[in-house]
Amino acid sequence: MTMTDNNQNHGQDMIRVESLMKSFTLHNQGGVTLPVLEDVSFTVAQGECVILAGQSGAGKSTLLRSLYANYLPQSGQVLIRHDGELVDLVSAAPHVVLDIRARTLGYVSQFLRVIPRVGTIDLVADSLLARGINEVAAREKAATLLSRLRIPESLWSLPPATFSGGEQQRVNIAMTLVQDYPVLLLDEPTASLDVENRQTVVDLINEARQNGSAIVGIFHDQAVREAVGTRTYELQPARSAA
Amino acid sequence: MMALRDNGPLLEVEGLTQKYGHQIGCEDVHFSLYPGEVLGIVGESGSGKSTLLRCASGLMQPTAGTVRFDTRVDGLQDIYALSEAERRMLMRTDWGIIFQNARDGLRMNVSAGANVGERLMAVGERHYGSIRDVSSEWLEKVEMDLGRMDDLPRTFSGGMQQRLQIARNLVTKPRLVFMDEPTSGLDVSVQARLLDLVRGLVRQLGIACIIVTHDLGVVRLLSDRLMVMRRGRVVEQGLTDQVLDDPQHAYTQLLVSSILPV
Repeated sequence: MTMTDNNQNHGQDMIRVESLMKSFTLHNQGGVTLPVLEDVSFTVAQGECVILAGQSGAGKSTLLRSLYANYLPQSGQVLIRHDGELVDLVSAAPHVVLDIRARTLGYVSQFLRVIPRVGTIDLVADSLLARGINEVAAREKAATLLSRLRIPESLWSLPPATFSGGEQQRVNIAMTLVQDYPVLLLDEPTASLDVENRQTVVDLINEARQNGSAIVGIFHDQAVREAVGTRTYELQPARSAA
Repeated sequence: MMALRDNGPLLEVEGLTQKYGHQIGCEDVHFSLYPGEVLGIVGESGSGKSTLLRCASGLMQPTAGTVRFDTRVDGLQDIYALSEAERRMLMRTDWGIIFQNARDGLRMNVSAGANVGERLMAVGERHYGSIRDVSSEWLEKVEMDLGRMDDLPRTFSGGMQQRLQIARNLVTKPRLVFMDEPTSGLDVSVQARLLDLVRGLVRQLGIACIIVTHDLGVVRLLSDRLMVMRRGRVVEQGLTDQVLDDPQHAYTQLLVSSILPV
């Protein structure tokens, strides 16, 4: 694994990954074990955007999901700075992980998954309301972001189920970026966007970074990588076969 | 839903076991629930999830183990060590139970408004006008037509009965609500609306919730944490999305891979 550094003003460490190992055991397919991550360690500071690189199957998405505690690593630590302290997501109690996700750690997945029949603007404002922000302020912030992402106002009250792929992806991005998370994980947030919208998302990511967020992302588009990344972390496919 | 929690758990279940003769209902179940948290319990029929819910909600004394609840006055108390009267009071004030079958949770021969008002009277509210006001406020919250307030619940559709049950339970602002398959008898279109309603109310009021269901879609959308049961035992528990996206146990893997795509 190699790291290339493009010089950046380094702030406090926000993510520290230490000796992370992750494999999948498929109990219903003869108990075969697939090793994916072996001994992964790196840190990400405030104001950095680290691009995960590596060929298909190298474990980029698995690593990103492990950083969100969506996947459960077998060993190692994922330390996230939450309220000033590094907390290990791998061993933290569920209610602690939930609190970290609510206030510190944001994640943009590749696909939108939401409660059916809820209007777009309500979905975007939802996480703000959950944090106790009043409804007017939350909806205003959601509206500003939806406008910037060029979701027509006529669609705001509609659930996103019938939207185009690109529109759904922008709603997905808005649902996370409506908060100012200190740590952001991005899984291909620009994959199905046109040039104009891709630029808007690049601008939003750079603004978050300049405001001090620590970002880790997977981007397949070379232009986007160059526009947002401050550093690359290259993953090698795990070698040991079970 | 996710305010910072320095405080301890609201409910603590330890070594909970229920046997029916030689049959095991549930065995050696442990979990803690924090204020505002939503816990889903899934498993196939006969896995012990309803038994667990009944024992944890004070409806059935377990064979072994303890269920402790953070009472407002005395802190964590074993609910089965309380007197019958104390336990009933707890169930009327701090707890709500929403049954799969609305007939188990509603009084079918009194009006919708009275079903809600009755819970208020049980906690000492006596003024008729204010009981009626609060009741109608709650019927509106669960999106019931106020024109039906004086009708009997047996004239309602399944979805309306379920919403009435929710209003009846939440009117006393409980801190913990138990739900047994709350959406299973309903049309898919009604389910979605009910889920959104439950989610909104649970969050606005900061209620902790335990939901038993066999529908993994329901827990994905509603619950923060998930417990998977099989043959009376908990085989896996953790964050809902972690258990569903990276299941560790063979049975959970089978359950998740058996979901039919739409």
